[in-house]
Amino acid sequence: MDVLDIARWQFGITTVYHFMMVPLTIGLGILVAVMHTMWVRTDKPEWLRMTRFWGRIYLINFVLGVATGLVQEFQFGLAWSEYSRFVGDVFGALLALEALLAFFLESTFLGLWIFGWGRIPKKVHLATLWAAVIGSVVSAYFIIAANSWMQHPVGVVTDDATGRPVQVDFFAVLSNNTAVAAFSHTIVAALMVAGAALVGIGLWHLRRRTLAGAPTTDVDHGVWRRSVRLGGYVSVAAFLLTAVTGDYQAKLMYQQQPLKMSSAEALCETEAPAPFSIFAFSKFGSQECDDVHSWTVPYLLSYLAHGDFSTAVPGVNDLQAEYEEAYGATYPDDPSYGDLAGEPIDYTPLLAVTYWNFRLMIGMGMVSAGVGAHALWATRRGRVPTSPVAVYGSLLAIGAPFVANASGWIFTEMGRQPFVVYPNPDVPRADQVYFFTAQAVSPGVSAGEVLTSLITLTAVYGALAVVELWLLVRFVRGGVTAGDGAPTPGHTPEGTPDDDLPGGRDGGREKPDDVLSFAY
Amino acid sequence: MDLQTVWFVAVAVLWTGFLLLEGFDFGVAALLPVLGRRTADRHLMLRSIGPLWDGNEVWLITAAGAVFAAFPGWYATWLPALYLPFVLVLFGLIVRAVAFEWRHSHHTDRWDTTWTHVITGGSLIAALGIGAALGATTLGLPIDADGNRVGGAFAGVGWPAVLGGVAVLSFSLVHGAVFLALKTDGPVRLAARRFARRWSPVAALPLLLWAGIVQLQDGTAVTAVLWLVAALAVLVTWARVRVDREGQAFAAWAVVLLASAATIFGSVYPVVVPSTIDSAFDVTISDASVSDYTLTVMTWAAGVGLPVVLAYQAWTYWVFRQRLTAEPETPEAAEQVPA
Repeated sequence: MDVLDIARWQFGITTVYHFMMVPLTIGLGILVAVMHTMWVRTDKPEWLRMTRFWGRIYLINFVLGVATGLVQEFQFGLAWSEYSRFVGDVFGALLALEALLAFFLESTFLGLWIFGWGRIPKKVHLATLWAAVIGSVVSAYFIIAANSWMQHPVGVVTDDATGRPVQVDFFAVLSNNTAVAAFSHTIVAALMVAGAALVGIGLWHLRRRTLAGAPTTDVDHGVWRRSVRLGGYVSVAAFLLTAVTGDYQAKLMYQQQPLKMSSAEALCETEAPAPFSIFAFSKFGSQECDDVHSWTVPYLLSYLAHGDFSTAVPGVNDLQAEYEEAYGATYPDDPSYGDLAGEPIDYTPLLAVTYWNFRLMIGMGMVSAGVGAHALWATRRGRVPTSPVAVYGSLLAIGAPFVANASGWIFTEMGRQPFVVYPNPDVPRADQVYFFTAQAVSPGVSAGEVLTSLITLTAVYGALAVVELWLLVRFVRGGVTAGDGAPTPGHTPEGTPDDDLPGGRDGGREKPDDVLSFAY
Repeated sequence: MDLQTVWFVAVAVLWTGFLLLEGFDFGVAALLPVLGRRTADRHLMLRSIGPLWDGNEVWLITAAGAVFAAFPGWYATWLPALYLPFVLVLFGLIVRAVAFEWRHSHHTDRWDTTWTHVITGGSLIAALGIGAALGATTLGLPIDADGNRVGGAFAGVGWPAVLGGVAVLSFSLVHGAVFLALKTDGPVRLAARRFARRWSPVAALPLLLWAGIVQLQDGTAVTAVLWLVAALAVLVTWARVRVDREGQAFAAWAVVLLASAATIFGSVYPVVVPSTIDSAFDVTISDASVSDYTLTVMTWAAGVGLPVVLAYQAWTYWVFRQRLTAEPETPEAAEQVPA
């Protein structure tokens, strides 16, 4: 493998891994903030315990997201220096603004929330969590705006001297329709991840308590029941919203990156009306579209792409020819293209990857919505499902929206190959900004160096995943740390927060069951 | 001042702010085995930085982001030239971050000890590595006319990197000790004072040497004065820590960093990556910069955003301003307080 392939694998592995943490952080952050708000408004103990239980999971997960996020930022400079030079006028600013305007907010206020129990007035303390959650959502917007600019570059002109894009309209970059579509889709998908966790874990605890003969009237029963109900509603509603936002995004993509979408359907020839593929198979390893056999639903693709049952959808073969004519049939014979210099360009992304990841995303989303709907039905009017299939199935299905999120991103990113910055078809060909992935890698870095970092990071990430899962499972099995029914953080001074705390935070406020305050 | 200069200053301020803030949590973490003899003392030391380290680390993310945003040519030259050292820094920062959080997610002595060591080790690696990277970008990297590294994977790690690494680490050690003296009470405070008394005059020498070399190479009269201020502040720190004026010692030690960093960045300006091969290959702010339009957008965003960030970070420090004491190490207390 050459340095380009290794660097791509490294980016893929570290990004997919990072994005295991991100949707849970965003989705659970929003839901924990809702729980905390409900506690402040109603003073009911179950909301407090929910806040503390789910808040702890949120934090265990958050820190791994922060740690792996560092790699994301530095990776652009380390392994993709030519990319960083090319996109510098647009891309770096979005990352810097994310750090300055969003990540500071998130990290600082999360620290205040974690250590602020009992130290700052109750409502101010709630506001610190909302500030952190808003920080993570704004952060997502900047990152997705940066990614969407790679998918659909707007707000720039080409500098004649360097050939690089020069930013002329920052607000066009921020309001890129690709970013609006991807952001809304990502946020609701993140809520699906959180909803599935609430349903799976909540049902497991309800069943365990019921089988053990625990009362259904105590606070902890309320904790799990509310968790399941909230998670179920969120799963179903968020799924419907992913369908709406995904439909909007797909229609945009048919205009902006038609090859990505036709590859996702394995649609070889232009057809009017075009059918939607349900299942396809091909010669193993073949990238020839004509080798693909597909079972299809007639008319449906035309509807998904254009909103009617007749408009033509262009096929892969025609689009490949179109792109070859516009952007060249071979890479220029120039050392900056590495091993690919002078080689033919395949404008079609890997068919099997785009086709199956697209279906995996939709399928896993449906599974998750089904599990959520089932949980709502099975817990109606105080019922507790005890069937091991239903309960352990729901527990297992926590993984479904994670898979859906990952496959959605793999589809989006693999689908824009061979470009790292995809040409924007709304702009006349002569003014288009685009960049091939083959040009993007750092020229001064050796394959050995990138392989070393790939192996190191993968090994570290693997080890951290084992510890994280072990900690989460252990914590989840332990359940709500109930204690005395009047949990310590409930006593929050409303006046000046710290005049009465001579010894600092260890002045007797922290109890072993106080899961959100950390004893150092 | 033109916008490129404004952003050179902004980047310098962000890196200095990062060293000033994260410096003390690096130092406290590195001193855990030195000053924290008892478990309770180590817990106290960790508690002193617990609510602060994550917010401090965002300064690193913002500083690196600002280099990318304002000077992509600097980012794209500096990082690949030190590819493996930067990966090592990332490794240190990753394990350190998870250790802070995971250490108290499970309660056995072995678990606690393991993650405490990881915090120390990760902080040492990160402090050395970030110092090395800053040393290299101000004192020189072996880069050719295209900004690519000449030589093997470790060609970028010469004496400038070693000096930078040692300077940041030794500064951080005393910074952490003075912070602990200011922030805690009991045996840790006393041990931290002793450490600062003994080491503060020595610990600043690598930093002063680094600033001095840059000053001799490219300095101006202004930066020479700043260097003298830094040297003087070392003496003030030492004098104040000897009479146990911890707040004044902390302020003086901060001046050591601020004046040294001002000397270094002020002297190298407008070069951001000096080449050790040929000074004609030096990367300057105008080679590396983005367009004036993008700099204008960022200036507005930072002009509005940065004061807000400073305000709420200051509020965090205010909320957590109390002096901390260790929990008593009796069997009953040990049972009540999760380790």
